[in-house]
Amino acid sequence: MSAGSLFSQFMGGLTTAMFLFLIASGLSLVFGIMRVINFAHGSFYMIGAYLAWQGVAWFHPTGAGFWLAALLAMLGVGAMGAVIERLFFRPLYGREELYQLLFTYALVLILGDAAKFLWGTQQLSVSTPPVLAGSVQIFGTTQPLYNLFIMAIGPLIAFGGWLVLNRSGIGRMVRAAQMDREMLDALGANVGTIYTGMFVFSSCLAGLAGALVTPIQSIVPGMDVLIIVQAFIVVVIGGMGSFWGTFWGSVIYGEVLSFGILIFPGFSLFSVFALMAVILIVRPWGLFGRPL
Amino acid sequence: MTSQTVAPAAAETRAIGGAPSLASRIPWTLIVFLFACAVPWIGSRYNTFLAEQIAIDALFAVSLNLLLGTTGLVSFGHVAYFGVGAYVCGILMKTYDLPFIVAFPAAGLGTALFALVSGFFCVRLIKLYFAMLTLAFSQIVWAIAYKWNDVTGGDQGLPDIPFPNLDWMNAIPGLGSLKTADQFYLLTIALIAVSLAAVHRIVRSPFGRVLTTIRDNPERAAFIGVNVRAYQLAAFVVAGAFAGFAGALYGIFSRGVFADYVFWSKSAEVMIMTILGGMDYFWGPPVGALALVWLNQQVTDYTEYWPFVLGAILLVLLFVFPGGIVGGIDLLWRRVRRWRGA
Repeated sequence: MSAGSLFSQFMGGLTTAMFLFLIASGLSLVFGIMRVINFAHGSFYMIGAYLAWQGVAWFHPTGAGFWLAALLAMLGVGAMGAVIERLFFRPLYGREELYQLLFTYALVLILGDAAKFLWGTQQLSVSTPPVLAGSVQIFGTTQPLYNLFIMAIGPLIAFGGWLVLNRSGIGRMVRAAQMDREMLDALGANVGTIYTGMFVFSSCLAGLAGALVTPIQSIVPGMDVLIIVQAFIVVVIGGMGSFWGTFWGSVIYGEVLSFGILIFPGFSLFSVFALMAVILIVRPWGLFGRPL
Repeated sequence: MTSQTVAPAAAETRAIGGAPSLASRIPWTLIVFLFACAVPWIGSRYNTFLAEQIAIDALFAVSLNLLLGTTGLVSFGHVAYFGVGAYVCGILMKTYDLPFIVAFPAAGLGTALFALVSGFFCVRLIKLYFAMLTLAFSQIVWAIAYKWNDVTGGDQGLPDIPFPNLDWMNAIPGLGSLKTADQFYLLTIALIAVSLAAVHRIVRSPFGRVLTTIRDNPERAAFIGVNVRAYQLAAFVVAGAFAGFAGALYGIFSRGVFADYVFWSKSAEVMIMTILGGMDYFWGPPVGALALVWLNQQVTDYTEYWPFVLGAILLVLLFVFPGGIVGGIDLLWRRVRRWRGA
């Protein structure tokens, strides 16, 4: 196998990885702080994709249309997240995980059907924004500009997230909430607002990811439950609650999937689930996480 | 689980201490069983179809509740064991032409073995990690079912699983005139009745009491000398085996086994069934199965948005009736008794 085709396989894996990172980072954030596995995160992503399509239909795909649509998707899903957290999640914080899991699953069912009702069941697609429509030659392989753009966005968000979490006053509060919720509450901090803020931020990330995926993948019902399992794998590999862990988890996932197809075609799907199981057995808190 | 343990405890003391009421002297289970057996004669073909669906789902949900309600283990991959049972039975009967009397026990045994291996790793983890690992195992089963074309049929599945040979039923007076599907329905009802009786016996046995102790307080159970992981693993294997039986019956009933059966969202569905009925009661999950299958049939007549309705039901359940249907009836019944007694 030539170096060129290996390189394009690698780049393909990296594109997958950075997409997944956009989705999984929000999932990991919510888990790390609220100890809630949010099955509905994939649904937020799907709603983001549909909102982006709607936005493009309204603003026209030329010029800044796509970027406005992405902004609409991000803010729209963020607002939805705020409402859901305030109205429904709050009473469930004291309850067992089972009820929280099932609540997020109820959201999956409701949002999935709401999307079908609003946008129908046919495939929808969005064209690549004109600025990024071209491609460049690297090592004799053709790389679409849009994929390179996604590969740049991922590390940017990872670095930004790390900066905010570890080097700012808000980040300190968030990390404190992660460690000991009651103590932070007793010290007079408004923990409820922190929780809402983090949930909204994670929803925004999901909405943005949904918007950014539209030029590459068509929007179909069922994309929510397919993506959420992949995002779980990434979060489990990297370590739930760890931002960099999620980043490297996505890279590992993307590359294992991409090269797994070369080594044993047909069983690359199996290999990523097996990887998830092995990590959970050997190191349940993930490669970069800390034990609970 | 502390808030939920009160209800069954109260139910227990009432049964032992109070005078038996008229309602408790009626043999309800026998009546339900006889009624289920009579469905092919009194109902339409469609009624029999629904009843069979309900019975199989009931066994599946009861097997999950052995983990969820009895042992306090939140498994999010229980459908894996249902699927393994369905595939083992289906492959043995279709590909290898083995009779049902061999394939059915083999499905239970194979599923129990798989549950032993996967459970060995799962019970080492706590809470959310346990749920995640069970989910991972179920997705591994799904990936294998979906991709291993030579054995599982891949995304085409295994269609046309044969009915077992039920000629012996013709010798029984009154059954000879029935169609094969109806004869298989009777066999299913009989096997599920035996299975439910077995699970009931396990839950009420000293072994089952230890499982409940572990659910309520694993630390204290370990402190009095219980090997918590061994008991959890035993519960996991038993639950897996009965899920495997349910799956084996379902494969024949629906005339095929497909990878869709094993997708993770099916685990959520059976969990909803269990909670809808009430996981603190043995008869909760069957009631949940009955309610959900019936509702599904009613709702899909009017609208294609069944998942939306299911989600809404789940919301009401979580926020208003966390005890489920049987829990709600029990609460109401105790209120009435207190009011009459006062």
